[in-house]
Amino acid sequence: MTEFLQQLVNGLSLGAIYALLALGYTMVYGVLRFINFAHSDVFMVGAFAGLYLAPLVPADTILGGVLVVLGAMLICAVLGALIERFAYRPLRNAPTLNVLITAIGVSCLLQALGQLVFGAAPRAFPAVFPARALSAGGLDFSSNQVVVLLVALVLAVALRFIVFRTKMGAALRAVSQNPRAARLMGINNDVVIRFAFVIGSALAGAGGVLYATNYPSIDPFMGVLPGLKAFIAAILGGIGSIPGAALGGLLLGLVETFVGGSEYSTYKDAIAFALLILFLLFRPAGLLGKPRVEKV
Amino acid sequence: MLTVTDLHVSYGAINALSGISFNVPAGAIVTLIGGNGAGKTTTLHTLSGLLRPTCGRITFDGRDLTNVPPHDIVGRGLCQVPEGRLVFPELTVLANLDLGAYLRSDRAAIAATRDHVFQLFPRLAERRSQTAGTLSGGEQQMLAIGRALMSAPKFLLLDEPSLGLAPKLIESIFERIVAINRDEGIPILLVEQNARLALAVSSYAYVLESGRIALHGPSAELADDPRLKAAYLGG
Repeated sequence: MTEFLQQLVNGLSLGAIYALLALGYTMVYGVLRFINFAHSDVFMVGAFAGLYLAPLVPADTILGGVLVVLGAMLICAVLGALIERFAYRPLRNAPTLNVLITAIGVSCLLQALGQLVFGAAPRAFPAVFPARALSAGGLDFSSNQVVVLLVALVLAVALRFIVFRTKMGAALRAVSQNPRAARLMGINNDVVIRFAFVIGSALAGAGGVLYATNYPSIDPFMGVLPGLKAFIAAILGGIGSIPGAALGGLLLGLVETFVGGSEYSTYKDAIAFALLILFLLFRPAGLLGKPRVEKV
Repeated sequence: MLTVTDLHVSYGAINALSGISFNVPAGAIVTLIGGNGAGKTTTLHTLSGLLRPTCGRITFDGRDLTNVPPHDIVGRGLCQVPEGRLVFPELTVLANLDLGAYLRSDRAAIAATRDHVFQLFPRLAERRSQTAGTLSGGEQQMLAIGRALMSAPKFLLLDEPSLGLAPKLIESIFERIVAINRDEGIPILLVEQNARLALAVSSYAYVLESGRIALHGPSAELADDPRLKAAYLGG
């Protein structure tokens, strides 16, 4: 039982990071119907932003950690807006395939620039939040895991507020349900699309810092695998569905952790992905997705 | 109030509109009738800024509207009820109506318009918390018109409001359309395939054929025109 709870905590904190990243995939898919493959590299930039911001804030304090997270979010939000403006907006009326290929190009560009600017060798990530070993009821976990869960929770609540309680959120949902009708309401779709990139990238930035606090070695290719998994989490939850992305992320983190803690740990990714394939065979629209007919 | 002069629109190499001109005076209902593919919806899309004309001019309320982005066109008071309603299926009736008022910020005025819409379409008030996707076709049409009214428009473009509806419902929807025009003085450009109905509610009509205006005149006269009778009114 103790081990189960232990793995539950581990799985939730890993899943929370996947969830933060998955939200960006699903939000951009919602408004533009394509997978932004460069999203995982924004996550990487978020981690490096944290690395460079860490010396500038009070070390080993909660305030310092929060400032690092906020700074990385801001930097990634700007990066997301720039990527949207210069890589994707010129292709607004182009076929989706062109946009997808561009997304892969942007991803390669960010990785190459990362190697150039940050260096290719893995770098040690500083302790931005005060790290304490905690134990409660026979469970051992690090304070960083608690931090990850708390930050992810706060961000999820904030996102929920933005999407369901603000005018911009209403516009976002309108554009994702019917872009043409949204324009006829007087909504400027370009502004809404930029907003989706800004919010999604900010969440990825926070995810990058949180990931680096738990897995403290970062390099320009660190985004690839978490990005792939978060993308899968978004599909699992139902691509385009915001609560679905959060749920899919948590679920994938849990499956991966539980398999990782079993005797089949070598195959944890294989088993996680096999489960996903199996699940999608029976429920192609994902957990919370709605079956939707793609117009060709 | 709305004047279109020599409007040309093409999809790539295919000309959809080859120089059409028409005029909708303040307070009037003017109809644009024609068969499938005549260019009716293309005309409305161009008026709303969703399509760009290759040449020609659109003036609305004394100002040039050519190449103005769609959101600014709505801001100037030209609002479209699109073909097929295009309601937001996963949002409630209330949320759909609120999106219609997207460019307005005076909450009290928006609430007053909403009450007015509910008065005009009591059915929408009954279903206010239902998602729009669960409404019947007629209710969705009411919602699409109500949503357009929420923007406090100076002018309405209606694209095939009768499409796919039972005759009884069509009659009731058209009664409201006429009432909106009469009671609020909002001019309407009505695009319809149902020529008989469109001629009955409008004062002036243009007949569109393969991207050109083939005929135009006061609706009462056109209703008796032998050419129109043969083509659109079933003899």
